[in-house]
Amino acid sequence: MAEVTFTDANFDAEVKNYKDGPVLVDFFAPWCGPCQMMAPIIAELANEVGDGIKVGKMNVDDNQAKAQEFGVMSIPTIIIFKDGEAKETLVGVQDKDSLKQKLEALK
Amino acid sequence: MEKHDVIVVGGACAGMSAALYTARRALKTLVLTKDIGGQLAITTEVENYPGVLKTTGPELAQNFKKHAELSGAEIKTGLVSEINKIGDKFQVVSSIGEFESKVVILAFGLKQRQLGVPGENELIGRGVAYCATCDAPFYKQKKVGVVGGGNSSFDAAEYLADIAAEVHLFVRTDKYRAEQTLIDAVKSANNVTIHNFTEIAEFIGEQKLEKVKLKNNKTNEKSELELDGVFIEIGWESQAGKIKGVSELVELDERGYVIIDNQSRTSTPGIYAAGDVTNTPFKQAVISAGEGAKAAMSAAKYIQETKGTDGSPGLTPDWTRGNKKK
Repeated sequence: MAEVTFTDANFDAEVKNYKDGPVLVDFFAPWCGPCQMMAPIIAELANEVGDGIKVGKMNVDDNQAKAQEFGVMSIPTIIIFKDGEAKETLVGVQDKDSLKQKLEALK
Repeated sequence: MEKHDVIVVGGACAGMSAALYTARRALKTLVLTKDIGGQLAITTEVENYPGVLKTTGPELAQNFKKHAELSGAEIKTGLVSEINKIGDKFQVVSSIGEFESKVVILAFGLKQRQLGVPGENELIGRGVAYCATCDAPFYKQKKVGVVGGGNSSFDAAEYLADIAAEVHLFVRTDKYRAEQTLIDAVKSANNVTIHNFTEIAEFIGEQKLEKVKLKNNKTNEKSELELDGVFIEIGWESQAGKIKGVSELVELDERGYVIIDNQSRTSTPGIYAAGDVTNTPFKQAVISAGEGAKAAMSAAKYIQETKGTDGSPGLTPDWTRGNKKK
């Protein structure tokens, strides 16, 4: 599936009410170095995961409400949701394969 | 087990440069790395890489990766946990499986140092932070602490002084290792308090950081301070001793850096090292890239002299390629 751009506005439709599989949200900002390191990993991951799994990014500069709601105080923070619930929160740069394993396990 | 001529552990300046060189020598090369770009990728602007007038850390790191791939190296992300010598080969154990090679090039750089006190790991991302430029905006008008007495901590304190309501800088001694202009800037900011001889003993908080326990290491006096966030800026450290097998195979210096000679050789034939993980005193992108190339050429020479390659057409020095085309 192509990488998704999550926003405060589309969060309910794309994440909260999505029932067909896990959703990975990478909370980032364009000026953050480690986030830029994470960006190509997210892009590759989005192309490699199976049907139903959603992977994408949310810019915390433009979407402060959701970042605040989920207590994001450090970026990049990756939250994996299933059935609208935050199942796992990971802070800092993560490697692609362990993210893939976590997503497949929640499928 | 997947077999390679060369396994490079680490994917930043030194590792990608080494892989580029071994791959161009027609050696089957695998880069195993936990991330792409390491310290370089979290550097904002790079203006001192010769031949590249101005770039950013992430961009340069991605170009290093592309260049290594274009040369024929394979790059996989995974965390290496163990390196063993089995006969005249090496076994590299990682989070994505086991690999075998004739030579190993250690190029996994340094990791940001942690304080190692209670509550630190539990509150990472919930008040405990290691990147001021990344996370400072989350602390607008809040009370924050900064730990460290060097350039990076004073830099963070100066940066945070403009954003946070109060900044408390904790230094273990009363000697600062930062540039004088930076020290002066921090001292002149009216919302920064410098606490000399002070260490954080514990981070306390349920959902997020609420306060820290402090210890004055001169008077042994203990106190508490409510803080919303603490930025730990106490430098970088070698992880070489933390990968199983490495300290048995290669000699490390007292700080845990891999000792190399002027041909990038370690104390075990077939294992080379390059970049910040080595005892080379200067930590710069251009130096790491140069050292990566040097380690690669030493490694290629070693393979040529000892074993030759598996199924590849043989070693082709770079300069003959151009001639052949003519």
